Amino acid sequence: MDAKTGLFYVFAAVLLFAAFRVITARNPVHAALYLVLAFFQAAAVWILLKAEFLAITLVLVYVGAVMVLFLFVVMMLDINIDSMRKGFWKHFPLAGTVGAIIALEMSYVLMGGFREPPKAASAPGQIGAQVSNTKELGKLLYSEYLYPLEVAAVILLVAMIAAIALTLRKRKDTKYINPSDQIRVKRGDRVSLVKMKSVVAAPATLGTAAPVEEKQS
Amino acid sequence: MMLTLGHFLSLGAMLFALSVIGIFLNRKNLIILLMAIELMLLAVNMNFVAFSYYLNDMAGQVFVFFILTVAAAESAIGLAILVLLFRNKSSINVDELNTLQG
Repeated sequence: MDAKTGLFYVFAAVLLFAAFRVITARNPVHAALYLVLAFFQAAAVWILLKAEFLAITLVLVYVGAVMVLFLFVVMMLDINIDSMRKGFWKHFPLAGTVGAIIALEMSYVLMGGFREPPKAASAPGQIGAQVSNTKELGKLLYSEYLYPLEVAAVILLVAMIAAIALTLRKRKDTKYINPSDQIRVKRGDRVSLVKMKSVVAAPATLGTAAPVEEKQS
Repeated sequence: MMLTLGHFLSLGAMLFALSVIGIFLNRKNLIILLMAIELMLLAVNMNFVAFSYYLNDMAGQVFVFFILTVAAAESAIGLAILVLLFRNKSSINVDELNTLQG
């Protein structure tokens, strides 16, 4: 058992423990933090598989951006944890059954097909032996997969605009004025000249009207 | 003992099964549900990277790259919808989301 195998077992154990805590943690903040730990361990496993670029991307994108977003949202919402936990174990028999079925099926397939080392012509991990993993990935992304890359960029743009549009709230007490309305305003919209006589007869109920007017102002 | 492809695939399978159990258990908390979906995507990505390494094919890693992009977009929009939902209903319980009578 070489060092790499030992490291793999350590990372896998911590990863599974963190995943277990994510789904059973009482506090959503703890769940988010355990998810961060799980992503770190997954990044470490990917480095064992010589996928450095993706491992660092996982840490940067997930731990740096998505999990911070999760933490923000968790802390912004005022959740009643006790009512959340009510009936938590109610679905456990069903969940355990489905999980066990998935695990059994997958282990049956995996133990049947991937027990022995692959007998491919070339040893594993040959790609990226000459150039770095990042360079190899970049070459592929910007030549063969250029069109999917641009589609991915558009998806990110759409996601950004959608997230902003969904959470944007119009305040009612704002004094905001639309600049285009402001520019297009005409004199007639602001001042209107009214034709009337120069002398107007005084209202008959001047004596009673004046105090009322004072009170109003 | 050498590390084989089976080790990594087993790890991915266990992670996937755990997150499926998590989706069943956390029926009341939409945030944990989103986190379990992230874990599922991580398990699938693990398989992709393992296959890419053992079959000497970079296409698997390119695919993981795109999955990461889409997952980031998905979680951003999901959390935005979650915030909107909490603002309107003051709850993130999945059972209470029955406005559409589905």
